[in-house]
Amino acid sequence: MTDLKYTIKDFKSENEIRWCAGCGDFAIINAVQRAMAGLGIPREKFAVISGIGCSSRFPYYMSTYGFHTIHGRATAVASGVKAANPELSVWVMTGDGDSMAIGGNHFIHLIRRNFDMNVVVFNNRIYGLTKGQYSPTSERGFVSKTSPFGTVEDPFVPGQLVIGARGTFFGRSIDGNLKLSQSVLEGAAAHKGTSVVEVLQNCVIFNNGIHAAITDPNHRADRQLILEHGKPMLFGEENDKGLIFDKGKLKVVKIGENGVKESDILVHDACEEDPTLHLALINMKLPDFPVAFGVIRSVSAPVYDVEMEAQIEEVQQTCKIKNVDQLLRSGNTWEVTGNENGKGSDPKCQ
Amino acid sequence: MKETKVIELEEVAIRFSGDSGDGMQLTGTLFSDATALLGNDISTFPDYPSEIRAPQGTVGGVSGFQVQFGHKQINTPGDYAHVLVAMNPAAVKANARFMMRGGTIIYDSDSFNEKNLAKANFKTDDPFGELGLEDYPKIAVPITSLTQEGLKEFGLDNKSILRSKNMFALGLVCWMFNRPLEFVDEFIRSKFKKKPVVVESNIKVLHDGYNYGMNMQHMTPTYLVHPAEIENGTYRNVNGNQATAWGLLAAAERAGLELFLGSYPITPATDILSALSERKDLGVKTFQAEDEIAGIASAIGAAFAGDLAVTTTSGPGLALKSEAIGLAVMAELPLVIVNVQRGGPSTGLPTKTEQSDLLQALYGRNGESPVVVLSASTPSDCFYYAYMASKIALERMVPVILLTDGFLGNGSEPWKIPSVAELPSITPRLAKDAEAFQPYKRDEKTLAREWAFPGMKGFEHRIGGLEKNVTGTVSHDPENHQVNTEIREEKVQRVVELVPDLEVCGDEEGDVLVVGWGGTYGHLISTVRQLRLEGKDVSLAHFNYIKPLPKNTEEVFSRFKKIIVCELNMGQFAGYLRDKMPGFNYFQANKVKGLPFTVSELKESINKLLED
Repeated sequence: MTDLKYTIKDFKSENEIRWCAGCGDFAIINAVQRAMAGLGIPREKFAVISGIGCSSRFPYYMSTYGFHTIHGRATAVASGVKAANPELSVWVMTGDGDSMAIGGNHFIHLIRRNFDMNVVVFNNRIYGLTKGQYSPTSERGFVSKTSPFGTVEDPFVPGQLVIGARGTFFGRSIDGNLKLSQSVLEGAAAHKGTSVVEVLQNCVIFNNGIHAAITDPNHRADRQLILEHGKPMLFGEENDKGLIFDKGKLKVVKIGENGVKESDILVHDACEEDPTLHLALINMKLPDFPVAFGVIRSVSAPVYDVEMEAQIEEVQQTCKIKNVDQLLRSGNTWEVTGNENGKGSDPKCQ
Repeated sequence: MKETKVIELEEVAIRFSGDSGDGMQLTGTLFSDATALLGNDISTFPDYPSEIRAPQGTVGGVSGFQVQFGHKQINTPGDYAHVLVAMNPAAVKANARFMMRGGTIIYDSDSFNEKNLAKANFKTDDPFGELGLEDYPKIAVPITSLTQEGLKEFGLDNKSILRSKNMFALGLVCWMFNRPLEFVDEFIRSKFKKKPVVVESNIKVLHDGYNYGMNMQHMTPTYLVHPAEIENGTYRNVNGNQATAWGLLAAAERAGLELFLGSYPITPATDILSALSERKDLGVKTFQAEDEIAGIASAIGAAFAGDLAVTTTSGPGLALKSEAIGLAVMAELPLVIVNVQRGGPSTGLPTKTEQSDLLQALYGRNGESPVVVLSASTPSDCFYYAYMASKIALERMVPVILLTDGFLGNGSEPWKIPSVAELPSITPRLAKDAEAFQPYKRDEKTLAREWAFPGMKGFEHRIGGLEKNVTGTVSHDPENHQVNTEIREEKVQRVVELVPDLEVCGDEEGDVLVVGWGGTYGHLISTVRQLRLEGKDVSLAHFNYIKPLPKNTEEVFSRFKKIIVCELNMGQFAGYLRDKMPGFNYFQANKVKGLPFTVSELKESINKLLED
C-alpha cells in the first residue's frame, strides 16, 4: 500500500465549506487531510463519522466515506462501523458538547473498550451551532447566553476523562499549529486502540480568543510545552525551563537556577502504563504551568475489534455447527412420520 | 390395591409454581420437552416475577410455568390449569385464579406451616378455604421431607438437598401423565456432567417422586393424553426469542452478509442477545452496548459498513432508540429493530406481556418518519418474520420494526424445522457501477436506493441525518424536502408487493370477523374454532403486516357484517384501522392486565356482539 501517492487534494470533497471565516476548523481539516494523505491507506478504507455541531459537518468536506449522524452518538456509530469491518480506518470528528455532554456515556465506553479508531475532539469551550451557550468544558463563572451571571459548575478536562476511562492514547494540539496537529494525528493513526486527540479550537464568532493566552505569540514559548517521547520536558524562549517531579507534584524549574541541571529535567515517556505523570501533565494550566501538547500518552493494550475477531476465529476452528441448517437441527429434535394430516409449522386457518 | 382411575383428555394444562428460587422454570421446561418428544403438541407460558429475589415465601416471589399439551393442535398454554403444582402457600395464593374449576392441586405439605402461611398473608390455617378451593381435589405430598429422606446417604448439606425438591415434583407429575424419565435423566446427566454428586442426587429424587406417585396411586387419577396428529418432518421445541435470533441468522446466511447485533439487556428481549452471542461459530458479531441508544447507533454504523444490522429491545428501549431510528430512515440504511413488547408505560410490567407499543412503532419519532412494521404471531413464526424483516430491510433499504411480545418471546411450541434453502431469496441492493452511483439514486419500481459501503473503491460518498438531494449534498430546498418526504413514505408503501394477501380463517364472508395482530393469534384462533364448532358464524383475519397493510384488507373487511378488533392494549390497532381503512364500524375487545387473553373471555365478547 506504500505506493499510494495521495496529496491533500485527494481528500477534499466538492462541497463548499461553510464554516465561518476565520474558524479554527479550517486548520484542523487541513491537518487531518495532510495526515491521511501520508498514511498509505487507500482512500476508500477511510470512514469519517461525526455527531452534531459545527465540527461535525466535517465528513461533508472529505472525499472519503462519511456519515454525519446524530448528536452525541458518533462514537457509538463508529464502534459499529469498526466492528463490522475492522480493516477500515475510522475517524470520529466531534466537539466538546457532542463528546462530553450529550455523548459522554458513549465517549467513555468507547475509550474503555479500546476500539482501534481516532477521535478528534474540537474543544472551543462553547456551543457554536446553537449560537453561544456554555459547554461542559467552559470554566466556572463563564458568562454566556444561558449563563448570564456566570456558570456555577466546573468543567471537564477531556484528558482526565480519557485517563479515567482507561484510555490508551491521548494527544493535544491547537488549531493554529498545523505541523503539531499533523504529527499528533499521525501518532493517533499509528496507535492501535482508541486515540483521542483534543484540539484547542477557536470559535471566532461566539468564543473568540478563548485560547489566546496560550497562543499569544509573545508568550507562546513560555506557555506551551510540546512533549516528545524520549525528550526532556523543556520549554521557554531560551528552552531553559523544564519540569521536575518534586514531592509527588510537578514543578517548573529553570536550568542553572538553584543548581538545576538539564539532566534533572523529566524525560517524557508516553509509553509508561502508569498514568500518574500523564494525568499531571494533562492537568497543567496557566499561569503556574505551561499547557502540555503533543502525544501525552500512548500505551498498548488489547484492542476490542482485534479481540472480537480472534474470538470468532478461535470458536470457528473447533465448532461443530458450520451453518444455520446444522444449528436448527442441533439439540433435541424428533421425527414425526406416518401422519397424513395435521398441522404444518405455520398452522394458520385450519 | 385400588384401581388407578385413568382419565383420557383432549388436552391438559399444568401449572408449576413455587418460590422464584425453587427451579419451577426448569421443571416446567423439562416436562414440556419430554412431552413434545412423546409427540404431543404443546404451548408453554412462563409467568415469573420481575424481582429475581423477592422475599422468599411471599406472593410477590412466586414464579410459575404453564404448559398445555394435547393430541390436537394446541395454540395456547391454556386459560386455566387442570393441575397446579404448588411448592408453598404463596404459590397457591398467587395461582388460585388460574385454576380450572375442580382442578387438582398437588402441594408440598411440609411447607404449609404457620410461618409460610403468614408470609403468604393467610389469615387462618386453612389456606384452601380462604381461597374458595375447598372442593378441589388436593394431593398433599411431603415433598421436602421425602427429598431429605431420599438424599440422606449422599452427605449433602441441607441447602443443596432442598435445591432438588423440584425434581421430586417433576418425577411425580411425569408419573401422573405417563412421561418416561429417560429424557430428564439424560438432561441432568449432561447439564451437571462435571458434578457427579449433583447428577446422582437429582436423578435419585426424580425417580423417588415418580415411584411415590406409582405407589400412592389410589389417591389420584392418572391423565392420559394421546400424541397429536401432526405433519411429518423433523421437529424441535423453540421459544419466540430463540426463533427470532435464528431467523436473523438464516437471513444473514441467505443474503451472504455478516450479522451484527447491537443491543442492551432488557427484559424480556435479552434472550435474543444471549442466543446470538452464543453463535460465534456462525460469525455473528454481538455488541453489548453501554445503553439502548448505543445499541441502535452501533447497529446503524454496522449497516453503513455493510452488515445485516439488528438491534433488539423492549418498549422503554424502543423509546430511547427513537431518534436513531429517524437517522436510519433519513440515511435509508437497512436495519432490523426487534421490540419484544411488555406492559407499559415507563418500567410498567417488565415480565408481563402487552401489545401497547404498536403506535410507538408506527409513529413514535420526530418528523415524518415512516418505517415498515411487522409482527410475529406464534413463538415459532418469530423465525419467519425475523427473516422477512431482514429481507425487506436489505432489499428496500429501509428500517423495519418487528413486534413480538413477552408471551411469544418466552412461550414455546414444537416447530417443524425448515431448511434455509426453502426460504425466500434475499438480494441486498449492492451498488455495482461506481461511475453511475449516486447515494440517493433510486430503483424506479421500489424507490430503494443503492447500498455502497466503506471499502468499496470508487463509491466514496457522504450521508447523514440532514435532508439531502440525490447526490448526497445537504439541501434545504423546500421542494426537495416535500418530494423526499413523499418518497420515503411511498417507498414503505411499495413494500406491499412483498406482503401476502390477508387470509380469512373460517368462511370468506359472514356475521363477525375477528381481527387481531401479533401474539394473540393462538388465543384468537382457538376462540374462533370453538365458536364455529358451536355453529356460530365467526371468522378470523390475523395481521402480521401492519405497515403496509395487505392489499386486500379493505376487500376482506367489506365481506363481514361486524368487525371486532381484539388486542392487548386500549385499541391501538383499531384506531390505526379507522384511519387507514375508514368506512367500517370497528368493535373492540381490549385487555391490559399483563396477561394473554383467555379463550373464555374472548368468547364472551364475541358472543355478546353476535347477540346485539
